[in-house]
Amino acid sequence: MPENKGQFDVAYVAHLARLQLTDAEMAQFSTQLQNILAYVTKLNELDVSNVEPTAHAVPLTNVLRKDEARPSIERERVLANAPESARDLFIMPKIVE
Amino acid sequence: MSLHTLTVCQLRVKIHRGEVSAREATQSLLDRIATVDGKVKAYNWLNAADALAQADAAKKDGALAGIPIAIKDVINVDGQPCTCASKILKGYVSPYDATVIRKLREAGAILVGRTNMDEFAMGSSTENSSWGTTRNPWDLERIPGGSSGGSAAAVAADEAFAALGSDTGGSIRQPAALCGCVGLKPTYGRVSRYGLVAFASSLDQIGPFTKDVRDAALLLGVIAGHDPMDSTSVPRPVPDYVAALERGVKGLRIGLPKEYFIPGMDREVEAAVRAAIGKLESLGAEVVEISLPHTDYAVAVYYLVATAEASANLARFDGVRYGARVKGEDVIDTYGKTRGSGFGPEVKRRIILGTYALSAGYYDAYYLRAQKVRTLIRQDFEKAFAKCDVIVTPTTPEVAFKVGEKSDDPLKMYLSDIFTISVNLAGICGVSIPCGFARKLPIGLQIIGKVFDEETILRLACAYEQVTDWHKQRPKL
Repeated sequence: MPENKGQFDVAYVAHLARLQLTDAEMAQFSTQLQNILAYVTKLNELDVSNVEPTAHAVPLTNVLRKDEARPSIERERVLANAPESARDLFIMPKIVE
Repeated sequence: MSLHTLTVCQLRVKIHRGEVSAREATQSLLDRIATVDGKVKAYNWLNAADALAQADAAKKDGALAGIPIAIKDVINVDGQPCTCASKILKGYVSPYDATVIRKLREAGAILVGRTNMDEFAMGSSTENSSWGTTRNPWDLERIPGGSSGGSAAAVAADEAFAALGSDTGGSIRQPAALCGCVGLKPTYGRVSRYGLVAFASSLDQIGPFTKDVRDAALLLGVIAGHDPMDSTSVPRPVPDYVAALERGVKGLRIGLPKEYFIPGMDREVEAAVRAAIGKLESLGAEVVEISLPHTDYAVAVYYLVATAEASANLARFDGVRYGARVKGEDVIDTYGKTRGSGFGPEVKRRIILGTYALSAGYYDAYYLRAQKVRTLIRQDFEKAFAKCDVIVTPTTPEVAFKVGEKSDDPLKMYLSDIFTISVNLAGICGVSIPCGFARKLPIGLQIIGKVFDEETILRLACAYEQVTDWHKQRPKL
């Protein structure tokens, strides 16, 4: 684990997460996250070289179901929650020029 | 006697005998809410007419026939809002029932309203809610715990006969402890999460808040079981949890982990927990010393694993399919503005932390290492359970703190969950029950069980409850 001596680049990570932050948030989060990252470096105290990671506590693999058609939620009710919709579609800002 | 003070089991007897109708029970509850919720602020949505209509239509048979239940605002109920206490979901109306809700309806329950919470279940105090902070019914200057603070406060204030919540790192047990009610986190895979808005998918579990242990056993029996709609739910029969309560505790081995009695914890909390352990011994249980040596690493593991999973789960809130949209210059700008204005500070902090832990160059150092230490924590419990049947600890190191006391220091807030987080990381079950008061504020006793051994923790909890009356104490409002 890195020692976190360098500056934690909040702006870069916020961009990866598609979160626009105000300057005040940026400054506040930078300090707070630096403290939290300093705290989690305590995990470096442990030797985990021969330890398998746990992704899920209950090991279930390859859960399959039959590929059968069944009723789904009505389209109108789903679209009713959309900020913008038309002709049974979600309307998005243009992606491709 | 007012109906709203009854337990679920007491009320169902009255309804079954025809002494009380579902409408009367619901009306009594609505009256109670109207009287005290202005102070407690446990609910963030309520529709009295809808609740009464459900009561009139409620089936006459079923384990919860005619019983109103409150639902944490993170579980979808068809036709009701589901905001997760976030601005980003204001106006959202659920188009379907979560599986636990379908099961409650099939049992005859009435879905009375939505309880307040920390935004997206991220927090330990219910202060991170866009609806405002829920208050602890025992002291309105204090927090009810979190994230399911509304559910806990509603049950403690007799504003709900029972409630559902969700527990990712203690979000059922911690508020139950701080509000003086029973809160059960079932084993990972015991209850379907279909329809629960996901926070950290390898940790989240739905469970009940109740006034006593018998009610918790009854509700768990209703909501538990395999569900094809949740591939992490485990195909395993559901035992009769209520019947299991009667088996007594003679010879049960109780493990006391030395790592859970730490310097700096509230002395009165420790004294109450030690007294409760003495009581359990006097009932015939046997106490054994155990060690969970990696306890001190649990909070660090949790805040990497849970935030990493949250950063992925919350990517769906992009202002396209639901929620408020803030238009930008292009699609990326729209995402950034929508999410930047829709999420509150704690959610943003955790998304950033989780994104960082998963980002190129840091994945092995943070996320993978945390998952490996998670294995060590899980193994601690496996080794401990070779020596004992259940583990007993305090639920929290201190009683409810004041509103605002920790809100400027996220790390301090995170550390209030040190005794509950390991249970989620290990995927086992735990229940918090009232075991005393410190300075007139409730103290919680946590009983931790093996995977799918809810029967034993409920049985021990019930035995304790039968010889104490902490669970019968009610705040004056």
